[in-house]
Parts: sequence; C-alpha cells; structure tokens
Amino acid sequence: MTTQKNITPHPMDSLLRTERIPHIWCPGCGIGTVFGAVLAAIKNTGWDPNQIAMVSGIGCTGRMAGYIKLDSFHTTHGRAIPFATGLKLARPDTKVIVVSGDGDLFAIGGNHFIHAARRNMDITVICVNNLNYGMTGGQQAPSTPLGAKTTTTVNGSPEEPFNFCYLASACGASYVARWTAMQVRSLRSSITEAMQKRGFTFVEVITPCPSSFGRRNRMGSALEMLKFYHGRSVIRGDIDPKDASMDIDKEIVVGKFVDIERPTFMDHYENANRHQIPNWRMHPDNQKAR
Amino acid sequence: MQKKKQYSVNQSADADKRRGRQGHVIVIEDRCKGCGFCIANCPRQVLSFSSVFNAKGYHLPKAVDAAKCVNCHFCEILCPDFAIYSVALSDIND
Amino acid sequence: MFAKAVLTGTHFINGDQACCEGALAAGCRFFAGYPITPATEIAESISRRLAELGGIYIQMEDEIASMAAILGASWGGVKSMTSTSGPGFSLMMENIGLGICTETPCVICNVQRAGPSTGLPTLVAQGDMMQARWGSHGHYEIIALSPASPQEMFDFTIRAFNLSEQFRIPVIILADEVIGHMNERVVIPSEEEIEIIDRRKPTVSREDYLPYKADADGIAPMANCGDGYRIHITGLTHDERGYPAMDAKAQDNMVKRLVGKIRNNREKIISTKTLFLDDAEVIVVAYGISARSAMQAVRDTRKDGIKAGLIKLETIWPFPEELIRSIAPQARALIMPEINGGQMVLELERAACGACPVTLVSNYGGAIIHPDLIHAAIDKAAKGKA
Repeated sequence: MTTQKNITPHPMDSLLRTERIPHIWCPGCGIGTVFGAVLAAIKNTGWDPNQIAMVSGIGCTGRMAGYIKLDSFHTTHGRAIPFATGLKLARPDTKVIVVSGDGDLFAIGGNHFIHAARRNMDITVICVNNLNYGMTGGQQAPSTPLGAKTTTTVNGSPEEPFNFCYLASACGASYVARWTAMQVRSLRSSITEAMQKRGFTFVEVITPCPSSFGRRNRMGSALEMLKFYHGRSVIRGDIDPKDASMDIDKEIVVGKFVDIERPTFMDHYENANRHQIPNWRMHPDNQKAR
Repeated sequence: MQKKKQYSVNQSADADKRRGRQGHVIVIEDRCKGCGFCIANCPRQVLSFSSVFNAKGYHLPKAVDAAKCVNCHFCEILCPDFAIYSVALSDIND
Repeated sequence: MFAKAVLTGTHFINGDQACCEGALAAGCRFFAGYPITPATEIAESISRRLAELGGIYIQMEDEIASMAAILGASWGGVKSMTSTSGPGFSLMMENIGLGICTETPCVICNVQRAGPSTGLPTLVAQGDMMQARWGSHGHYEIIALSPASPQEMFDFTIRAFNLSEQFRIPVIILADEVIGHMNERVVIPSEEEIEIIDRRKPTVSREDYLPYKADADGIAPMANCGDGYRIHITGLTHDERGYPAMDAKAQDNMVKRLVGKIRNNREKIISTKTLFLDDAEVIVVAYGISARSAMQAVRDTRKDGIKAGLIKLETIWPFPEELIRSIAPQARALIMPEINGGQMVLELERAACGACPVTLVSNYGGAIIHPDLIHAAIDKAAKGKA
C-alpha cells in the first residue's frame, strides 16, 4: 500500500473538480458512492464529456453538481427538472442528467417530476433517497418511514411515505430501477442503462444518512446503516412497481422494474408539426452553431 | 497406485501454476473520512484501520494482507470519497 | 420553404401578438409558459409561430417551471422567453433571482392586471412596478421596460432581448392589459434594419476561462452548455470560477459586481421620450397606458396655454433619477399618473428631492386614467395649487 499520488491518479479524477475534493458530505454518507456510480456510468457510455450536463437541486445531493467536471447547474429547490427540460430542448444532442434528493425531487419538485415523466422528457433522473432532509439537519420528507424520528417528527412521523418507483412508473417513466448504496455494481449498470435509454429514466438509491436520519433513529454507524439497508433489500426485477415496496421495517425491493419504449416529448412535437417542418433538425435555425 | 494429491479447500488444481490477479491498494490520505466501508466489505479482507490518521483526524485504511488483493476494485467503487483505489500489481512493477 | 421570422410590413395586431413578433425578430426560439389572462395571446401566437420556425414551445405545468425552463434553454444557447401576469409573476420570483445571480439572459413579459391576488383578470393595472424591482429576495438590480403601444411592444421586446444578452440579466417587459389587448398599427421593418445583440462569448481556452470573471464593463463573457468549457453554475454566492464561496467577502464581491453591472451602465440602458420639455413648468412623468392618457392631457393643456411637458418612461428600471433631479428644480410641479396606489411616484419623489411638489393621479386598477383627470391636475399645478 502506498499513499503517494504519483503512481496513477484515481480513475475518476478526470471527471472531478479535484481542487474541491475532499467534498462536504459526511463520513459514510452514501451520496459519494452514488456520485462514483454516476461517473462510472458516464465513462461506460463512452460519450464525449462535453456533451453531457448535470443539473441538480438544493440539498446535500444537490451539491454533486459542484464536484463534477462537466457543464453543471446547481439550480433552485425542486426546479432541477424544469431547468433540465429547457436545457435539453435547447441542446437535444446533450445528455442531461438530473441528480437530486428525495425531498427536492418529490416534495417541492413533485409536480415537475410527474409532468416530465408524463412527457417522457429525454433526461435521466437519479434520486438519492436518504429518508429525510439532510442538509437542513434532518427533517421529515416524503420518503420518511411511518413512525421514524426526525427533527420535525420527534414522536415519529405520522405520514406514510411515497413509493417513488411506483410513482415514476405510474407517471410514464420509461426506465425505473432501485438499488441500495451497497449494491454499487448493479447501481452502475442501472445508471448506465438509464443514461443510454431514450426517454425519462429514473434510478432511486437508498443511501445512509448517518448524521441525521441514522443518528435520530439509532441506526448506528454509517457502515451499520449501509449493511442494514442491504440486509433489508431483496432483488426482484420485472415486478409490478406497485409491489416494489420501499419499507425499511419489512423489505426494500430492489432491481429494475420498468424498461419500456415510449415516444419522447420531441418525438411527438416533431410529429405534430411535421406538416410545417417535415424534418425538424433541418430547419436553418437548428443547423446554426450555437 | 498413485498417491492422491491433497488439495486445500481454497485452491484450484493448478494453483501452483497460476499467478492469478494481484492488485495494489492506494489510499489518498487527505480524502479519506474513515467511514470503514472499504475495510468491512473487501471480499479478501485485505484492509483494516491503521493507527495513522490524516490531518482531519480520520483513521485511514491500510492493507494488512496486501498479497491477497486481487484488484477487484470493490473498495474503489464503494468508497464515497474517491479516497481509495486499486491498480494491477503488474502496472506498478513495470 | 420555411416561414419567416420577421414579418416585414404593416400590421394591425394587438400588443400581445406584437410582443410575440418582436421576440421572434430578436431571435427567440424557445418559449415556456403557462396561460394567464391577459397574456395568453402571447403564448398562443408564439406556439403557432415557433412551430413553423423550428423553435420549441412548451407549456409547462406552472409558472415556476416556465421560468426554470427558460433559464435552462438560455444556458443551452437559445434565446428564450416567457410571458405571464401578476399571479404568475409572483410565482416566478425565486427563479428570476436565480437568473439574476447566475447572469442568465432571458425575457419575461408581464402583462399587468389588477391585483392583489386573483384581482381583476381582464382589467388593466400597473401594480407590479415595485415588484419587478424588488420581487425576488435579496439585493439586486433589474432592467424593466414599459411599452405604451403595440408598436412599442414589438420594438421593446427586441430591445429587451438585446439588453438581456448584452448585460446577461433577465429583462422584464412591464406591459399592461390595455396595451396587450389593444389593436393598433405595428410596422415591422426589414430584417436588416433590426439590430440584434448576442451574448459575449469567451475568447480564451477552457483552462483559462473563468465563468464570472468580468470584463472592464462588469460583464463576464458567457460560455454555453456544450461549448466545451465545462462550466459550473450555481445560485449560491460564488467566486469567479463559479464555485460556491460562503463568506461576506465573496458576497460583497459578487453582489457589488451584479449591482454595478447595471448601475454603472445605466446611461446605455435608460431610455425616455420627452415632449415639450424645454420650457415646461408642469411636467407629467408617465409610463405604459398612462403615458397615452398623459400625452393627450399635455397636448390639450398646451393648447390652453399652459406650459406642460411630458417625460415618457421607456425603461422603468433603472429609473432615470439623474434626469428627474436635473429638471425638478425648474418645474413648478411634477405629476405622475399611474394605475396603482402610488409606486413609481415614490421614485419620482425620491429623485425630485423636494425641489418641487409631486402629485399622484391614480386609481387602484380596473380602468385607465382618463386624460381629463390629468388635465385637471396640470391645471391645478399651473395655478400654483399643486
């Protein structure tokens, strides 16, 4: 073992803003692992990094955009998806990846999520689900399990959480998968598939938040949380998403649940307007270098 | 009659001929936050906490059984901090 | 084979339609919006026109999404716009702030109606003037224009795009329901006669480029997404690299530059039209539909022998305080008609610095200000009873 850097750099350094590493996430936070999986997926695709953009929202996961060495946009709370929509429609050849947390995507951002999925906007959305609002200290989120303690539910959450995969599927997502942070190899594959697939693709990752959620619910160290979620997980691909339950007291169903072909928003837009412009990309204004 | 060769449970029949993959673990000191993911999950139990700690006070992992590393990269892909990775031993020795 | 973006010729159209044509002439090829009276016709017109021009119209799920989408499209290198009225304008405020902080060119047309709240959806007001200036949280400067005719809706929309590209800032067009819905002659010139300004692009390599390192005029060259510069853009207070910088010094640096970018360049931005100002004793300062009423009143009182004059505000923000400060001492009175409880009149009073009395002629919304009311105010002021 050596601690020198001059042998070869870390394989992901070419995609990291290394001057900002170490990053701000807590020891044992799962976001870094998901970040590594996203970077690996980007390398797997073999695409030109200049044609890939990341858009994030507000929260711990939202900070990911600040560490990736690609065109990246750290937008307002809940609004990463509509921003990404505009970006993608302006630059159809750019691959747009949205990475954000459970609260950002499904509480304040919920409306935007369901409409982008309905439209089958050609973007990939990665949800880091740590069961609370971490950045602000650990408040209840739409993912918080019933009865779990958070700073705003000291006697246990009185709300049942969403099943994000079920929601995404119901809204029309063309690819839906869920993994825990321990299952990094499957996660890398899923994110690669999601990025390479046309349409609205969604991957949810159950990750430890040791500083807030874990501490308040006495889940032990980050490592113990990682093992716990993994232990609760059961792999069932190709089941009905409504049965892909996300229940940390019973079972966390992981796997790939939806992988369908559906026309995207642009497919329909070009089709609807084909009498005026037979081939959208051939319009002079779409040929100009931007 | 030939004496039956004794095989150890964890060895293949041609273990004495095969070199197998060998890896070398590198830790980037100032990135590590001592979470222990790599140590607990290395499939070959190569790593454990060292007594060394970095400037932020985190104990780093170290390869206590370096020869057992097979360059599977699991520590590398699990690490949330881009602080540990493995390279093929042959790449170092060249 | 393809439709024309610039419909050169003389048209008889309403202000909303003129705004749409101005946007297309300026090069807008992305519109994200939501229907709201009295701005819906902008969305309807532009949805038809963009379909024939290779652009994209998308009706977002709400105004918050609309504002976010036009920022995204702008970073994708496409000139983008949205339109709305009061309730939608309120929803857009947070993302307008994001646009200001990230210095994103785009245009928002607010066709004002009476508020507060749902108010009078189909009736005129000019009640969002201060909101355009201060509606988003934090401290910043903004550019806002006030057209007083469908012709100006066309011309000022082009100007709005040019200002937004030049100064890298969302520009607000503060129209009102009467201007939006009135039909008048609009002359669209030939394409060659229309000046288009595009955002300044970086001239250095990726390694040397700093997204928020400004040139001498306070404006930083803008690399778009996909240009190969691997930019990081955030609404957090940031340094020249675009990276979050969380301290008072960084805040001072960033906000000072954002504010200075507009304030130090205000002579290039501020635009007013004056009528009979040279010897004016009673000066009416007006904007939007109220400037039309004021023009009538000033002409009528001149015929009566009163030395009335008019300053028509074309840019509302930045406010032309130097002009007011210079003419207030010579005036017997300043009169401002506006369809609100008194918003721009506060700026007028501030700029006049007590040099002369300032009179407000107003109603809270629902009807234009009749020229007779302004005429009466001018009479009163001329007789020294202002």
